[in-house]
Amino acid sequence: MSVLHDPNPLNPNAIEARGMSIYYGAFRAVKEVSFSIESQKITALIGPSGCGKSTVLRSFNRMNDLIAVARTEGEVIFHGQNLYGPDVDAVEVRRRIGMVFQKPNPFPKSIYENIAFGPRINGWKGTKAEMDDLVEQSLRGAALWDEVKDKLKESGLSLSGGQQQRLCIARALAVEPEVILMDEPCSALDPISTLKIEELMFELRRQYTIIIVTHNMQQAARASDYTAFFLMDQDRAGMLVEYGPTDQIFKDPKDERTEQYISGRFG
Amino acid sequence: MANQARVGVEGSSTVLSGVGSETLNLRKRSRPGEKFIQGTLFICGIISIFTTMGIVYVLFTESWRFFGSPEVSISEFLTSTTWQPRVGEFGIWPLLNSTLITSFIAMVVATPLGLGSAIYLSEYATPRIRSILKPILEVLAGIPTVVYGYFAISFMTPLLRLIFGTSTVQIYNMASAGLVMGIMVLPLISSMTEDALSAVPRSLREGAYGLGATRLETALNIVVPSALSGIIAAFIIGISRAVGETMIVAIAAGAGPRFTFNPFEAAETMTGHIARISSGDLGFDTIDYNSIFAIGLTLFIMTLVLNILSGYVVRRFREVYE
Repeated sequence: MSVLHDPNPLNPNAIEARGMSIYYGAFRAVKEVSFSIESQKITALIGPSGCGKSTVLRSFNRMNDLIAVARTEGEVIFHGQNLYGPDVDAVEVRRRIGMVFQKPNPFPKSIYENIAFGPRINGWKGTKAEMDDLVEQSLRGAALWDEVKDKLKESGLSLSGGQQQRLCIARALAVEPEVILMDEPCSALDPISTLKIEELMFELRRQYTIIIVTHNMQQAARASDYTAFFLMDQDRAGMLVEYGPTDQIFKDPKDERTEQYISGRFG
Repeated sequence: MANQARVGVEGSSTVLSGVGSETLNLRKRSRPGEKFIQGTLFICGIISIFTTMGIVYVLFTESWRFFGSPEVSISEFLTSTTWQPRVGEFGIWPLLNSTLITSFIAMVVATPLGLGSAIYLSEYATPRIRSILKPILEVLAGIPTVVYGYFAISFMTPLLRLIFGTSTVQIYNMASAGLVMGIMVLPLISSMTEDALSAVPRSLREGAYGLGATRLETALNIVVPSALSGIIAAFIIGISRAVGETMIVAIAAGAGPRFTFNPFEAAETMTGHIARISSGDLGFDTIDYNSIFAIGLTLFIMTLVLNILSGYVVRRFREVYE
């Protein structure tokens, strides 16, 4: 069913899904998705509501484990290991595959503590000065340092929505993951903040693999290297329809349904 | 009849002619039922307010009589460590001290257990386990306090005497009453704390899990601090409940005011004293009779302060995660 993208031989895959199906109780939400995501690129997952793109994204760092009735079949390969193998610790997975959510969700702590939380729970052993440095680097990495450097002690909730979302990105960067999953990170933001996040994604691509779910097709078109198009099948299970370089998906889609969705005929 | 029907037909055939609008009646109607319900509900509210005001009025006037009598002074009441109405000694401290000690023991039991069970129920338990455990905790809250009292005297006290020796632990003692009172307060603290924890948005937990936090790290570092106002409010309400509890201490803590810090000794609490004195033969306007209102007033002020404090704490920290 699924269309496999031929990965660039020079650039290894960061994550590969093999025959992945996700169930909520008896309901199959996603069926037999197989595709590989190239490292240090931005991959956008698009599709209409209910097509399972967020569910697929959350399966990459085992976030679905937190839903008691959710169950995943198939494999997700990361560094040659199946993330759903019997002796894989979901907490270790999430430490390496970070996540930014739809609605900015800074902790009700100071800006500094928001950043320091991740490293601390992951066994940070450095000095106070080193932590100061890590906080600065993370905030710089998320293009937020200049705006908050004088108020690190203030609550993360005192920031604007766009700043909060960049704080959440900075927080994810502080644990130095390899992959960052973004679940509609701009849907609660104004256009200017959205643009800032997109610019930031291009910066982050140098070091990180980014997978982003988005409802906004212009965003997928302008801000991603690869695009995967998902759709709900007749049995209401989400499936991967087409996957390829963003240019090709938007200019020369192979599948008729992709073409219809991109030209705005449904969804 | 036929005429009216004709008008209707004409009205509907001439759209927006104005004939149709005559049938549209927007005039104010009288709704006697609505007025009646509103009045009844208002009276319900007023009754509870007047009752409270009446209680406060009685507490103050009777206390006034007590403090107005030549045998007592407010300074003696607030500073003396002897309460012996027979010889005219009215110092609140023995009673207050015993109330504080039993309440303290109760909170030492109830706070960690309540917090722990709330964290378990809200963060760890599967829906199935929660559906079994929550009703059991609620049953604990529904047990009459007189049963707790006998549980204290017939189980907890012998247990304490077995562990610490019959020479150390008196038959009536504050420790036994306090421990059982802790079990009584536990479901209150647990269920209020669980409500506070459950109210913390899921997105905050996901944020922590997304950084590689374990369940425990998420619960202790993110969820509990975010729910702190609710947890503190639960704690304060638990204290007021323990301070005001009567039956358990009346049965198990002993009769007779005694100023002691040893929890294994008998010492009557404020509530226990009121219960004992008021069940005996007391003449109206005797000093004994009036003294219980002074104790009642002290209790009332304590719980009032605690309630105001909890209201303040909730307001102060609310919306912390919005």
